[in-house]
Amino acid sequence: MILYDTELPSRLFLGTAQYPSPAILQEAIRASGCAVATVSLRRENANGSGAGFRDLLQETGVRILPNTAGCHSVREAVTTAHMAREVFGTRWIKLEVIGHADTLQPDVFGLVEAARILSADGFQVFPYTTEDLVVGEHLLAAGCEVLMPWGAPIGSGRGVVNPEGLRAMRAHFPGVPLVVDAGIGRPSDAAVAMELGMDAVLVNTAVARAGAPVAMARAMAQAVEAGRLGHHADPMDRRDMAVPSTPVPGLAELI
Amino acid sequence: MEILVNSEPREVAGPTLSAALQELGYSGGAFATALNGHFVPRDRRGEQTLSAGDRIEVLAPMQGG
Repeated sequence: MILYDTELPSRLFLGTAQYPSPAILQEAIRASGCAVATVSLRRENANGSGAGFRDLLQETGVRILPNTAGCHSVREAVTTAHMAREVFGTRWIKLEVIGHADTLQPDVFGLVEAARILSADGFQVFPYTTEDLVVGEHLLAAGCEVLMPWGAPIGSGRGVVNPEGLRAMRAHFPGVPLVVDAGIGRPSDAAVAMELGMDAVLVNTAVARAGAPVAMARAMAQAVEAGRLGHHADPMDRRDMAVPSTPVPGLAELI
Repeated sequence: MEILVNSEPREVAGPTLSAALQELGYSGGAFATALNGHFVPRDRRGEQTLSAGDRIEVLAPMQGG
């Protein structure tokens, strides 16, 4: 899969927050074989641990995707993106402009505006968006070359709550990489997203908060792979009634 | 002069952002700065003068989703 100018070896992205320890985070990244890990920027004391955390991730060889999580305005998101570009040395930015504090639903109007500003400034923007097709069109026109629709609200673990919406996105944007960002709770959710034809899945809480995060990271990677293979294998149509799979001709009369 | 660093009042001599950061003990390259809500790139900190009441944000890599 190629996102912007980068070929990625895996279709799983992992978030790096809420793990029981840095060592378990590192192990989860390695066990999943994920291609990309998301990170944030937060306030730092004079002798803070930011550099250590960045080094710990870089040791794994994973590609870093900084986010603008927590930003509620275009200005905050754009400034955070600039700060992230300097600290992480990457043009990639997972752009979040949050509209509601309780649902963490994206403010799609601010998102499009911030995407336009950042794309014009040389950023490669990964916008956290809804499944709305018109918003998607505006994001592409703003310069985005990938879309990151939510599966469900961030951290909810509810899975893909609107599969028809994602199916419509796939049909409407056939050549655009689509990465489901947020809401994945279980490996089966990741598989559903991939069966719908999504190009990749980003998971954080579902792995970090699992009882066994490293095993869950591996399970997510396998689910992503299975879902991808299933999508390309052209699944059968659903039927309302049973249809025998064992041949009926030749059935004995034993009564 | 008194400025706000990550919302905490701090007394610094300055006169530049870069001098103030050094005074406060920030070193290395793993942080980024903003002054009154505007990004100040690393190579501009030396020419960015400070005034009393300025708000500085110092941000560094952190876990995120």
